[in-house]
Amino acid sequence: MSTEAIHDDHHDHKPSGIGRWLFSTNHKDIGTMYLIFALVMLFLGGASAMMLRAELWEPGLQIVDPDTYNNLLTNHALIMVFGAVMPAAAGMANWMLPMMIGAPDMALPRLNNLSFWLLPFAALMLILSFVVPHFGGGVPINTGWTLYPPLSLQAGIGMDFGIFTLHILGISSIMASINIVTTIVNMRAPGMTWFKLPLFAWAWLLTGLLLIMIMPVLAGGVTMLLFDRHFGTSFFDAAGGGDPVLFQHLFWFFGHPEVYVLLLPSIGILGMVVPTFSRKPLFAYKPLVYSMFFLTALGMVVWAHHQYTVGMSKEVTTYFMIGTILISIPVGYMLFSFIFTMWRGSMTFETPMLFAVAIVLMFSFAGVTGIMLAVVPADLQYHDTYFVVAHFHYALIPGALFGIYAGVFYWLPKWTGHMYDERLGKIFFWWTTIAFNLTFFVQHFVGLAGMPRRISDYSPVFTDFNQISSIGAFAFGASHFLFVWIIIKAVRGGKRAGDKPWDGAQVGNAGLEWALPSPPPFHSFTTPPVVK
Amino acid sequence: MSKRSLGGLAAAAMVVLSGRVLAAWEHNLPEPVSPATKEIFNLHMLTATIALVIMVIVTAIIVYALWKFRKSKGYEADQNFHKGWFGTWAWVLVPVVVLGIDMSVAGKASKVFDLVEDTSTPDMTLKVIGSQWKWTYEYMDEGIRLVSSLNRDRKTNDPLYLHDVDNPVVLPVNTRIRLLHTATDVLHAWWVPALAYKKDAIPGYINETWTIIEKEGTYRGQCAEICGGGHAFMPIVIKAVSKQKYAAWVKEKKLAAAAALAEASSGKVWTRDELFSKGEAIYKANCVACHQANGQGVPNVFPALAGSKVATGDIKVHLDTVIHGRPGTPMAAWGGQLNDLDIASVVTYERNAWGNDTGDAVQPGDVKAAR
Ligand code: HEC
Ligand SMILES: [Cu+2]
Repeated sequence: MSTEAIHDDHHDHKPSGIGRWLFSTNHKDIGTMYLIFALVMLFLGGASAMMLRAELWEPGLQIVDPDTYNNLLTNHALIMVFGAVMPAAAGMANWMLPMMIGAPDMALPRLNNLSFWLLPFAALMLILSFVVPHFGGGVPINTGWTLYPPLSLQAGIGMDFGIFTLHILGISSIMASINIVTTIVNMRAPGMTWFKLPLFAWAWLLTGLLLIMIMPVLAGGVTMLLFDRHFGTSFFDAAGGGDPVLFQHLFWFFGHPEVYVLLLPSIGILGMVVPTFSRKPLFAYKPLVYSMFFLTALGMVVWAHHQYTVGMSKEVTTYFMIGTILISIPVGYMLFSFIFTMWRGSMTFETPMLFAVAIVLMFSFAGVTGIMLAVVPADLQYHDTYFVVAHFHYALIPGALFGIYAGVFYWLPKWTGHMYDERLGKIFFWWTTIAFNLTFFVQHFVGLAGMPRRISDYSPVFTDFNQISSIGAFAFGASHFLFVWIIIKAVRGGKRAGDKPWDGAQVGNAGLEWALPSPPPFHSFTTPPVVK
Repeated sequence: MSKRSLGGLAAAAMVVLSGRVLAAWEHNLPEPVSPATKEIFNLHMLTATIALVIMVIVTAIIVYALWKFRKSKGYEADQNFHKGWFGTWAWVLVPVVVLGIDMSVAGKASKVFDLVEDTSTPDMTLKVIGSQWKWTYEYMDEGIRLVSSLNRDRKTNDPLYLHDVDNPVVLPVNTRIRLLHTATDVLHAWWVPALAYKKDAIPGYINETWTIIEKEGTYRGQCAEICGGGHAFMPIVIKAVSKQKYAAWVKEKKLAAAAALAEASSGKVWTRDELFSKGEAIYKANCVACHQANGQGVPNVFPALAGSKVATGDIKVHLDTVIHGRPGTPMAAWGGQLNDLDIASVVTYERNAWGNDTGDAVQPGDVKAAR
């Protein structure tokens, strides 16, 4: 391998100084900025979660007042969903897609710059929404991320900042999605046919399409909220002939597919990681792609299972129940594909693979509790309890966040040109996985025992499980300092990584990133490679 | 980690492993006492069992694979595995198996759903109205109205902290009760897991559920839909009693209501002290959730009444605020919920408590005029 030679051979020139980042049109630089932004947001969202868990340590209000608690709860969700997971996935898409499919850069580089640079403004707006209530801005956003009216109509000016945050984020992710979809459709190297496409690219193609379909609906919904708040309309106010439940439909028409927006990129990453470390191609690649299509389509038409309790007719409710239960088919199929990719493979367990195996197990668990929740009569008990909180954290932390961690460890050698510290990587894996389970497993029980979600204070009958959960949460939070340290260490130096740091990375429908040196040149492929 | 938490961990592990019920570690839905919650409970146990079995199988397959197919044991990858018969047909097999499980769950679920949605003629109807942050109960057949809010005297170490109210709902056993759910301000959800599953309380909507309580006793629950700062503080307590005891309770309530009404419309001129002490009780039951017992409110959220311009200024403005509320804010219109005497006393109280020494005594007649 000619890595060494290429490393010192920076024939492609980079712009220098701050301008390199502010005006960047380079997919790698923008990818890096997305990833750093996501990491910062992860800590912000994590800090709010730590405050919540600290407040829930024992009965009584010790740290924050209920409205601030609810505001932190809202921020935790909004920051993790829109600030951490989505930008992290977008950062990976930026870094990897052009290299994977053999393109020089993203299709629309300037749009790319704008999609990223909107994010810091959105973050600023959200921070303002948290600050203004403490300077006479009225009641903070105390609704949870679902922003249901009429409660959201009562809130003070913070809510308006929150609505603008969502508008900016929506514009940013629609533009990023258009860019990604265009890149995948138009920029594939000769011979990179649809069914040679790496699974990560398929996953992002569908994610992009989903985002383009759903973000406008959310934007419309919160704009109607804004009008109800300030311009005398009553879309959601029953007293004016409006309907509070309409907002819930609009929100979840966005919100349910949004879950797949968070999950799919990570499924795509698993589709790269599992074959690599099993040293054999993906089991059933084509059906897997089809099942992702099926999941995307089905995911668009099952939204109202988040609102079984609003009093829809029996027929409508039954329809949503059946649709939701059917989701288990594509999801189950994906998980089976990963298990059977491992089956009769020749497995090794580097950090990305450890995450992948844990994800398959823990995400299956989220799947089976998901079926329990889909069953309407039972959901009339589970709804709005900690059972739901436990379920969706099992879906989103393994399903989205850990998938991203797997991707970070998988591609860090490619990005930095250095191997990360494998020993620390493994410690981080065990630490974070055990802490995560400690935090959320017990929440299933406390939910069944009757603890509603989104309460700032609780009866002593719930104390024991909550303390376990808080201990787990603090350990989970702390593990992330190690994560950052591992990344910093790999960026600063370490064992040199070859072009193909993983010996199994070339099996099946691998990406073309392994044909480039580590780290890759500033402009990925200046002449398109030919895929045989 | 304290000793207690370590013990807790061990106990949690035991609960998970043995499925044993430890009283202090409530970890499942409570024992159901109504037909619908019983069926739901069985359904829940069924789906939980299926979930457990699936997880055991998946875990077993993965653990076996991890143990068997590892490079460190010299296992060579079978590059053609996905081309064998299983690879060719798995896309049919797996979905069919999953669909089979799905349909058996859905079949059972829709039977239970039929029972849940059964709207046969009830023996009595209870309308449950959620407001920030209390529950109002209207016994539609008896004309009784009951306001129930958090019992604030319980301390945080009391097992009933946040699970006790000033006025529990009294209901007869073995009676088919229709529950109608609505709300006056924002969304709420009335949830008593042992006997009443959730349907949201939505302003402008009336949702319906039903129950037959099959066992006497006290049942507790709380609001399940986020409704603002007091969401954690609106518990529900039901006292299920025999039909005879219920009838006696109804009689007593009606007499008390009639007496209160007579008192309110008697035209009597009340002294300030009488009004003040009546008003204190009404303030405690209706206003403390927001304006606080010390009248200081919550900064930026609920205004202080101690020293407030309204509570120390023009009586007309004060009365108008309380009777008609402030539309678009959590301050409700109390005119429909409290009678003239109640409003007169609570306003008198506010004008004389916490150093608001106006010396005013507002009479029921003044309230009538202000309505
Ligand atoms: C759900 C919360 C809530 C409850 C319960 C509540 N209030 Fe209020 N109250 C408010 C809010 C919020 C305001 C401020 C409204 C505004 O912004 O104009 C307010 C304002 C007032 C004011 C005017 C204060 C001023 O200085 O402007 C008075 C008087 C008052 N309430 C009396 C009462 C009385 C009497 C009760 C009980 C019968 C009561 N409130 C119960 C929320 C509440
Ligand atoms: Cu409520």
